[in-house]
Amino acid sequence: MLCCICKEKKATVHLTQIVGDSVQKLDMCEECAREKGLDDPTEFALADQVLGLGAAQALEQAASGGEVKCPGCGYTQSDFKKSGRLGCARCYETFYAGLEGLLRSMHADIRHAGKTPRSAAAPSPAATDQHKQLAQQLEQAIAREDYEKAAQLRDEIRALKAREAARLGGKETA
Amino acid sequence: MKLFEFLVSPAECARRRGPEDRIVTSSRVRLARNLKDLPFPVWAKKPDRLRAMERIRPAVESLPVMKDAYSESIDRLSSLEKQILVERHLISREQAAKGPGSGLVLSRDETISVMINEEDHLRMQALLPGLQLKETWRIMDQFDTRLEEKLPFAFDRKLGYLTACPTNLGTGIRVSAMLHLPGLVLNENMGQIIQSVNKLGLAVRGLYGEGTEAFGNIFQISNQRTLGEDENRIVQRLEKVIGQVIEHEENARATLLERKPKVVLNHIGRAYGILSNAHSISSKETMNLLSLLRLGMDLGLFPGIERVLVDELFLLTQPGHLQLQSTDNLSAEDRDLRRADMLRERLAGVKRPLDRPREGGPA
Repeated sequence: MLCCICKEKKATVHLTQIVGDSVQKLDMCEECAREKGLDDPTEFALADQVLGLGAAQALEQAASGGEVKCPGCGYTQSDFKKSGRLGCARCYETFYAGLEGLLRSMHADIRHAGKTPRSAAAPSPAATDQHKQLAQQLEQAIAREDYEKAAQLRDEIRALKAREAARLGGKETA
Repeated sequence: MKLFEFLVSPAECARRRGPEDRIVTSSRVRLARNLKDLPFPVWAKKPDRLRAMERIRPAVESLPVMKDAYSESIDRLSSLEKQILVERHLISREQAAKGPGSGLVLSRDETISVMINEEDHLRMQALLPGLQLKETWRIMDQFDTRLEEKLPFAFDRKLGYLTACPTNLGTGIRVSAMLHLPGLVLNENMGQIIQSVNKLGLAVRGLYGEGTEAFGNIFQISNQRTLGEDENRIVQRLEKVIGQVIEHEENARATLLERKPKVVLNHIGRAYGILSNAHSISSKETMNLLSLLRLGMDLGLFPGIERVLVDELFLLTQPGHLQLQSTDNLSAEDRDLRRADMLRERLAGVKRPLDRPREGGPA
């Protein structure tokens, strides 16, 4: 059997991983296995076990150009690869390039859509601008006694407020 | 206060009731949170772990719902105390293995339990009997909101709450329910159910969470994705799916009784026979047979006997709880003997199951 990566040398490293119903098999020559960091089974195991087969590879690619180290806690790419876990809050910034693909594969989206702590909550600048505009238009509509338009604008403002409240993790009070 | 004086008895535990508790034994919501400025527990050196503990523990204890709470460092608990906490689902097996710097704060009513320095600085859970995920989330949400006034959580506008493992990132929420599904297992439909639940991005696991077997036909269903969806939506989706699994379980029971009544009665009769006559029995076999006894009660085969009896035995026959009732240090073999003794004694008053389900359906 030939190595599934270089397709030249004889495959001597055989790797089988079962995820749910699907069986993934990799047959590699020693050199390619070493290159993928798979020569030491303890090195390989965790990141892939925790994050899915291929995770270690993705991380390695993201780190091409040397070992990245988190300035916050000293955690390195290979620490992450070994444990599948990060060292501190800043690691997310440090290793983001290698993480994004992983996050995409394991979550519904890569943008947080849930609760926000009050300390981090502030109306988004876009929403503030939009709110100002609508309020201005509302005033103008009232001035020219266009009440139908005014009612419509009032509803829009309410909906905007409710959306913001929901985004900030508060209760909807539309 | 000593832990064993603090915890309610297994009998009281078994008497806790909730909606749909014929099939859903409990609902749980867990949140993962970390402090902004300290390394995560697994990577942190001991002084940083102790620092995190020193800040988190008093903050948690100071919340009104934690009045009269049980609060202790993990390294000050005996291995028996930790085992009991695991069997009651109040700490994880991982937390039980932790050393200095890790701790537990448990509310007086045992509904809220906070693990300090587990995989994350904070793993907080609310646990209620039966199917009440919305209420469980409401309790946890409120608790988290009050705690965030006292502790600076690691949070990023784009990625949400930052967690040690990227699989918990975002909301840091794990919503789960424990289901008793003997009908689907006997019917051999469980594999299919697991597959279709998995397809919806939800996980099905055994009694003690990740990597454990489904002893006693008890399965845990939980969300897997934590980023990109808000908590309410996650709770709603779980509730919907669990509602459907309940329906499938009820259907499986009805179908079994109609098409293969002898198979069902045979299983339940044998379970009764072994449990009430054995002189040595393992914890695994006990759980599997008690599950069948519970099914028999749901089907009305044991008139006059309440399910509470089985639920209490389910807890009492686990290794830690068994050891707790003895002054000697029990070996695994001793435990199997004691377990059988207890079962014979407790089931002595239970008459053998009826030959057929009572007219008019289950009690």
